[in-house]
Amino acid sequence: MATTVILPADVDSPPAGRTSPEPGGVRKRRRWSRTALIGLLFVLPAGLYIVIFQLVPVLYGLVLSFTKYSPLSRSGPVFTGIENYTDLLSDADFGSALLVTGRYVLQVLPITVILALGLAILVNRPFKGVGLFRSALYVPHIVSLTAVSMVWLWMYSQTGLFNEVLGWFGAPAQSWLLDSDSALNAVSAMRIWKALGSNMVLLLAGLQSIPRDLYEAARVDGAGRWATFRYVTLPGLRPMLVYVIAMDIIYLAQGFAEIYVLTQGGPLGSTTTVNYLIYTEAFQYNSMGSASAMAFVLFALIIGFSLLTIRGVMGRNR
Amino acid sequence: MSAAAETRRASALRRMRRGHAPGQGRVGSIIVLMVVTVLVLVPFAWVISLSLTPESEAFGSVSLIPAHPTLENYGTAFSDADLGRALLNSGIVGVVTVVTNCLLAVLAGYAFAMLPFPGNRAVFYTLISTAAIPISVTLIPLFLMARGIPLVGGNDILGHGGSGLLDTLAGVILPYIVMPMNIFLARQFFLSAPLEMGEAARMDGAGELRIFFSVYLPLAKPLIAVVAIFSFTGVWDDFLWPLVVTSSQEVQTVQLALARFLGSGNVQYGPLMAGTVIATLPVLVVFLFNQRSFISGLSDGGVKG
Repeated sequence: MATTVILPADVDSPPAGRTSPEPGGVRKRRRWSRTALIGLLFVLPAGLYIVIFQLVPVLYGLVLSFTKYSPLSRSGPVFTGIENYTDLLSDADFGSALLVTGRYVLQVLPITVILALGLAILVNRPFKGVGLFRSALYVPHIVSLTAVSMVWLWMYSQTGLFNEVLGWFGAPAQSWLLDSDSALNAVSAMRIWKALGSNMVLLLAGLQSIPRDLYEAARVDGAGRWATFRYVTLPGLRPMLVYVIAMDIIYLAQGFAEIYVLTQGGPLGSTTTVNYLIYTEAFQYNSMGSASAMAFVLFALIIGFSLLTIRGVMGRNR
Repeated sequence: MSAAAETRRASALRRMRRGHAPGQGRVGSIIVLMVVTVLVLVPFAWVISLSLTPESEAFGSVSLIPAHPTLENYGTAFSDADLGRALLNSGIVGVVTVVTNCLLAVLAGYAFAMLPFPGNRAVFYTLISTAAIPISVTLIPLFLMARGIPLVGGNDILGHGGSGLLDTLAGVILPYIVMPMNIFLARQFFLSAPLEMGEAARMDGAGELRIFFSVYLPLAKPLIAVVAIFSFTGVWDDFLWPLVVTSSQEVQTVQLALARFLGSGNVQYGPLMAGTVIATLPVLVVFLFNQRSFISGLSDGGVKG
């Protein structure tokens, strides 16, 4: 779980006396176990809910991925072993969806993180009205992906903002989303715009957690801007950078709403991400076994790449 | 030490004493920020403008300020996509989610921090680690489970025969009743809450539930605000699960109502943009009144969507 990266220092060491029973006689120990029991009771509703509706579905999905199952059939799932997985190896649609998803993540992630870092540095300095910039840049993040996609659907349309601007320069109108060469890039541009604000705020929080005296020391030592960034800012920002990149990978690799609204996976499958393929496979072709297998392959890839990122960014200094 | 380094150090010290060099570099960065901010916000300006532009004006080049602004698109959005019904549905789903999360998730987080039991840390990490499970993994099982819930929607005691919670608001709410991230936020909050007040109440003979509700919950207003905001925006914005679990227009959420505009082939952008404005307004209003909670909640708890 990536969140552990940014926990405040005290998270694993609650104030003394909270976890350990008070020293003393039988009476006190009995009281401790009573509060512990009540604590367990308080956790129970939420805990049971999460077990039933989060953990059980994962196991259920794993079982389904080894079966053939149509929700329309009267019989239950039919066990087929690893057939769904071996079929995926030769499934051209799945291969293409993996490539699309990979390209999507790889072209959105670096641009949005680097731009967000630049913006975070700019809004890190205190000046009058800085809060206004922080909030304004954050707005695309709070607007739902569906609504934002609607806005960009219009901007990319024949009479939309982009073609309007091209028209000012006398350039011919483009069919941004209808051309298989440009469709994924068009979706990516939207996602970069959308992810900028939240990445910026997270990186800003990271910047503000770097002790000020490190900067003072660097200045006294005569470090230039670049050296300060390289040897003070970047190492201090590392935990938050890991978190931002890992979360971006997790969310980008699951792109769905923007694809559904902007392109419906087309043209010619050029924007069919794995998540979109899973949706069509399961709910349009009613093939829930193979869709579950796809979901687990995606799951494994997301975990793998997140861990690689964490090692790649954290690696050297550990 | 070389002479060059000496002067660098001296000038650095001088700069420190003077504080920040006034204006230097700052004007440049403010200009950059202004340009980026305009670029980021321009689409919204056009959306609002487009939503106020009458259909007759919408063809050809659209100017940012419509010649004859009108609210007709808003009327069309409500009549064509049944937006009123969708707003009500999303509102119900949002309110129920906020209430269950503020009660159950916060209670659990409170217990993890204040009333630890043996093994509580392992249980805690197991529960919050579920926040990292991709939606695609649980989507299909959750759909089948919603369909197979016993004794509702025409199902027998084994969950067969009917449609269970499919195409009901309860089905839409199902995955959000307790969001693991809220347990995490609540535990973080209560770890730094004072123990003495609870001890005092306990001396006075108050029960643990009473201590939670009348001593600590009133203290936890900032936490409740963050949990409520994130629970509400989370369900309000979700698209994939409502798309899968509902089929009829009576139970569609706001985001689905928006998407309905697309099904009709020739997209009418005026009403679509009006619908987008309406769908965005509640979250935007909440944001404008709680910017601090939004932004600190995001950076403290790492909530992201």
